[in-house]
Amino acid sequence: MNVLVFVGIHTLLAIALNLLLGYAGQISLGHAAFFGLGAYSSGILTATYSWNPWLAMLVTASVVASVAFVIGFPILKLKGHYLAMATLGLGIIVYILFNEWVDVTGGPSGFSGIPNLQIGSLIFDTDFKNYYLIWIFVLGCVLLSVNLANSRIGRAFRAIHDAETAARVMGVNARLLKVQVFALSAMICSIAGSLYAHVMTFIAPPSFGFNISIELLTMVVIGGLGSIYGSFLGALLLTTLPEFLRFMNDYDIVFYGGLLMVMTIFMPGGLVRGIPQLFRKIRGSGKDKGNANA
Amino acid sequence: MELSEQLLQYLLSGLSTGAIYALIGIGFSIIYNSTGIINFAQGEFVMLGGMLTLFLLETLELPLWAAIPLAVLLATITGLLFERLAIRPLRKATPISLVIITIGGSILIRGLAMLIWDKDTHAIPSFSGDEPIMLGGATVLPQHIWIIVITIILISLNKWFFNHTISGKAMRACSYNPRAAGLVGVDVRKMVLLSFMISSAMGSLAGIIVAPLTMTSYDVGIMLGLKGFCAAIIGGMSSGIPTVIGGLILGILESLGAGLISSGYKDAIAFIILLLILFIRPQGLFGKPESERV
Repeated sequence: MNVLVFVGIHTLLAIALNLLLGYAGQISLGHAAFFGLGAYSSGILTATYSWNPWLAMLVTASVVASVAFVIGFPILKLKGHYLAMATLGLGIIVYILFNEWVDVTGGPSGFSGIPNLQIGSLIFDTDFKNYYLIWIFVLGCVLLSVNLANSRIGRAFRAIHDAETAARVMGVNARLLKVQVFALSAMICSIAGSLYAHVMTFIAPPSFGFNISIELLTMVVIGGLGSIYGSFLGALLLTTLPEFLRFMNDYDIVFYGGLLMVMTIFMPGGLVRGIPQLFRKIRGSGKDKGNANA
Repeated sequence: MELSEQLLQYLLSGLSTGAIYALIGIGFSIIYNSTGIINFAQGEFVMLGGMLTLFLLETLELPLWAAIPLAVLLATITGLLFERLAIRPLRKATPISLVIITIGGSILIRGLAMLIWDKDTHAIPSFSGDEPIMLGGATVLPQHIWIIVITIILISLNKWFFNHTISGKAMRACSYNPRAAGLVGVDVRKMVLLSFMISSAMGSLAGIIVAPLTMTSYDVGIMLGLKGFCAAIIGGMSSGIPTVIGGLILGILESLGAGLISSGYKDAIAFIILLLILFIRPQGLFGKPESERV
């Protein structure tokens, strides 16, 4: 059950990154920063300043979204590798802040004493209750994302992804849309961070470092860029796999690296597209060989 | 110590770390100029330089003069394999898939290094003792002088190679226009391979000469690589003097920041500079404005 809670949180994060990367075609290697900002801000507001957790989550999410909106303008002017490096730099700056601002964040030894979420007398303090809590959020996020992806805005995103110049000529305000999806993506990460903080009641910087940003990227790529269900699949796979790979200890990182490379070379569409394709190939090779163009 | 002496000390140690950043940054630029790829695995070759030297020295008990060239050779072979196995299968890829594959490669190399060696930090003996030399009130280690001298030699060699050899000129031709270069008989794929080999050789050598000062471990490549990239960005992705100046500026600012402000935030300085340059002058400090950085 505990694992399923993490699958849920990772699904939220992967969907958030996928909205940006898969739909709008903008890479981010610093998304763990927004996750961390959500977690730390919720944690500090509730534990140090005794705010109501729900209010803290709401305020945090809006502040993180606004910050992302503001920095989105200069950052999303960059493209490709430059965007990757800029977001990476941003992620590392935030990570350093978590480690060094010891008075507020507790520094490398972490921040503890975060209360559980609560509705009336129902306290979310067991894995079972947290499971339902997290997955209600995931469901909401999936509904929102699927609807968004199939709306006018979603089509505009895909137009930007495929050909930004053409999209702009057709009257899509590419710059504003990119910044908006960046802010939305950051907001979902922040909510996931708040949930994580309240579920764990203890947070420490390594949960929000560069490696986590990379892990998120791996989930999205493995699941399939531009597919909401792919993000769920990627999150499920990469969260449960380490449980089965326990015997590999720290060496699972070799596995991630290899997986990322193999997937990019051989299955660039991710699992959601690659597996049906594979099936078609296996079935197709026997039946209709002469029909190569179909 | 007086403030002026302190400043001199910071300046001197900043120069030698800056020289390292410059070498790594030139490695980034060489690959970028011939392929348009930002090689996120660049830092791993720096790590390989240090770790391979350590391995050859301690496990195989080779003398230093034999261990260093052998380590560079092995790292260069790794660079060659990396290009062949990861980059070449993807030649017609999008920038995002190139970012992802080089990240995958860097995780894989780092993980394998952890698997082959261990997670500990190791010291490599200095090239010629640890007797400090007094220099106008500041102390300098012989290793600092080695770093500066080797960097100057490497940069001159690099300059000579690109300006006076047929391969170097062919690589420059590829950076201006690979198609046109191919039409006049330049083997573009060979030049791409060569650029990966040169930059992994340079990176590994940088890793070797800095290891006696900073120690080495399987994960030093991340930070060193990112800072080398920052140097290259300041220099406008040039494979010449501007990137060297970029590296030195970064090294000195870091050393001043660590000494005068706080050593904990030292690493953040590089990334703040990186973001500022990308936001304000994406063409580098010395470059002419371009319409778009893609």
